[in-house]
Amino acid sequence: MPGALLPILHALQDEFGYVDKAAVPLIADALNLSHAEVHGVISFYHDFRHTPPGRHVLKMCRAEACQSMGCESTIRHVQDRLGVKLGETTEDQSFTVEPVYCLGNCALSPAVMLDGKLYGRVSSEVADFLIDSAQRHG
Amino acid sequence: MSAKVYIPRDAAALSVGADAVAKGFAAQIASRHLDATIVRNGSRGMFWLEPLVEVETPRGRMAYGPVSADAVAGLLDAGLLEGKPHALCLGLTEEIPFLKNQERLTFARCGITDPLSLSDYMSHGGYRGLEKALGMTPQAIVEEVANSGLRGRGGAGFPTGIKWRTVLNTAADQKYIVCNADEGDSGTYADRMIMEGDPFVLIEGMTIAGLAVGATSGFIYLRSEYPHAFRQLQRAIRIAYDKGYLGANVAGSGKRFDLEVRMGAGAYICGEETSLLESLEGKRGQIRFKPPLPAIKGLFGQPTVVNNVISLATVPIILDKGAQHYRDFGMGKSRGTLTIQLAGNIKHSGLVEKAFGLTLREAIYDFGGGTASGRALRAVQVGGPLGAYFPKSLLDTPLDYEAFAERKGMLGHGGIVAFDDTVDLAHQARFAMEFCAVESCGKCTPCRVGSTRGVEVIDKIIANQDRAQNLELLGDLCEVLTDGSLCALGGLIPFPVQSAIRHFPEDFDKPAPPPPTNGARKSQESQSWR
Repeated sequence: MPGALLPILHALQDEFGYVDKAAVPLIADALNLSHAEVHGVISFYHDFRHTPPGRHVLKMCRAEACQSMGCESTIRHVQDRLGVKLGETTEDQSFTVEPVYCLGNCALSPAVMLDGKLYGRVSSEVADFLIDSAQRHG
Repeated sequence: MSAKVYIPRDAAALSVGADAVAKGFAAQIASRHLDATIVRNGSRGMFWLEPLVEVETPRGRMAYGPVSADAVAGLLDAGLLEGKPHALCLGLTEEIPFLKNQERLTFARCGITDPLSLSDYMSHGGYRGLEKALGMTPQAIVEEVANSGLRGRGGAGFPTGIKWRTVLNTAADQKYIVCNADEGDSGTYADRMIMEGDPFVLIEGMTIAGLAVGATSGFIYLRSEYPHAFRQLQRAIRIAYDKGYLGANVAGSGKRFDLEVRMGAGAYICGEETSLLESLEGKRGQIRFKPPLPAIKGLFGQPTVVNNVISLATVPIILDKGAQHYRDFGMGKSRGTLTIQLAGNIKHSGLVEKAFGLTLREAIYDFGGGTASGRALRAVQVGGPLGAYFPKSLLDTPLDYEAFAERKGMLGHGGIVAFDDTVDLAHQARFAMEFCAVESCGKCTPCRVGSTRGVEVIDKIIANQDRAQNLELLGDLCEVLTDGSLCALGGLIPFPVQSAIRHFPEDFDKPAPPPPTNGARKSQESQSWR
C-alpha cells in the first residue's frame, strides 16, 4: 500500500490509544524510513500521541462558530470541574480534555466529541451530564 | 402498505439524539405491532429542527421536529404514521420555507433517499451522469465541465474544467483523482453532509473525473474529525464495488476506477492541496512549492486532479442535465449554485443551496431568521478562519466570489458564522493569529514565526501598551504575512485580523482589562496547546 504510514499509525492508536515509542523503529524498518521520519510524522499531527490518554477523551471545539455560541464558558466550566487545562489528563486518568478546531457541527454549536461520539448544543449543563454518564460507566 | 418513517443518521442529527429517537420508534412499532419501517436518511439540512422525523403520506412527506425520544409515543398516539397534526408537526417538508426557497442541485437527494441504497440512488437520477460520460470522449467530458462554469468549491474558486484539462493533456502511466474532504473551516459542514447523506454522488463524480482525465485511481482524503462520514463512505464504496460501479469494469464499460478513503490526523493545513498530497503519501503535511502544479506533478509525482467534495459531487448533475442547465444559475463569473452553511449564532442554522447572488442579509435574515440568542447581530465571518469579519453595513454584499474579493473578504467554502453584540473583535483577531500559530505547517518563516509574534502584538494592543505603535507594527506584520507566506494559511490570516481592525476599531480602543487575579488563566490562554 503506498503512503502506508498514516493508516498504520491510526491502526496502532485505535488499538492501544497511543503510539508507543517502541513501535517507531519497527514501523521505520517495515516502511524503509528513518526513525526521524516516522517520529516527524507522529509529532506533526495533532491526533497522534506517545502516551496513553485518560479512559475518556473529550475533544472540545474552540473554533469561531462554537465561540459565537459560548464554547469558551463551557470549556472553562469543564476545566474547573476536572481540574485540568485543555491538552491535559486528570490525575486519576479518567479524562483527557483536548482542544479541537471544528467538528463540522457548526449549526448546533457548541460541539464536543466524547470518545468518538459527536454532541451538539453543549452548554455547561450538558457537559456535566456527559461527564457524569461517562464516569458512571467507568 | 407499510408506512415509512424517516429518521436521519447524519452526524449532526445524531449529536442531538437521533439514535435515541430511532430506537424509540423501533420499540413502539414493535410493541404496538404497527406496519411501519424506519429509513435512516441523511439530513435535510434544517439543523435547528433536528432530530427531524418525516413520514410518507399520499400528499408528500410530513415533517415533525425537533423530536426527542420522550415524544415518540405521543406522536404515534396523535397519528404520526398518517401524517396527522401534533404540536411538533411542521407540515409538508417540501413546503417549509427554508427548504422551499432553495435551488438544490448538488444536494437534490440529500435527506430524501437512504444514503446506502444504490437502488434509491438510481431511482432519484443517480448514475445518469456517469452513463452519459461513458458515451463521451474524455475531451468532451472536460469541455462539458468547463462550459458549466463550475469553480472549485473548496474556497479558491479555480475553474474545475481548466484543472481537468491540464491533467488530461499531461501524459503519464498513472494519474490520480484526489478528493479534498479535509473540511476544516469553522462554520462549514456541507462536505460532511453530502458524504453522509448521499455518498454515491461523490463516488459517481470522482468516477466521471477519472474517465475525463484518464485516471484509474482515486483517494478521498477525509479529516479524522469525521469518523461517522468515514464509516459511511467505506460502506458506500464497498457497495459500489459489489455492484460493479467501481473496480476493473465500471458499469460494464471495461474502464477501471478504484477508490479508497484515507483519514487525516488532525491538521488544518492538510486542506491545502499540496499539504494534503504530502499527507496522503504518508509524510508530514508540509506544503510544497508551486510550480509544479499538482495537475502536472501531484500525488506520488503523477498528474493529479485535486478537487473539493462539493465540486466533485456537482459533476454528476452537470453531465446529466448539461452544462447549460447548470450555468443558467448564478451571477457574473460565479455560475451555478453555492452551498451556504449558516452556522454559529443563528436561529435557523442549516444548509442553503442557492444560485450565487443571494445577499448576506437575505441568507442571515430571510433564511437564518437572525441570531439564535435574540440579541443584535454585530459581525459575520464568511469563509472560515481565514475569512474577513464583516459589519452590518456590508450585509448587502452578494454571495459571489468577486463581490467578496472587492470588499477584502473571501467567500471560501460558503460558511457563514454569525456573532451577536457580545463579540469582542480584538479577541477574535487574537484568536485568528493563535489559530495560525497552532496550525502552521512550519515551512515558511512569515507564517511560522509571524503568527506567534502576531498574538504577542495583539496582546499588547489589548493591554493598551503603546497601542498606536503596536497597531502599526501589526499592520506591517500582516503585510509580511500576505506577501511572504507560501500558502493561503499565512497569506490570508491577515483577512480576519485586518477586517476586525478596519470595521470594528472601537474594540481595539478599549481601556486595558484589569490584570488577571492569578497568573494561571493568562498563561493558560496564551499558551499554544500543541
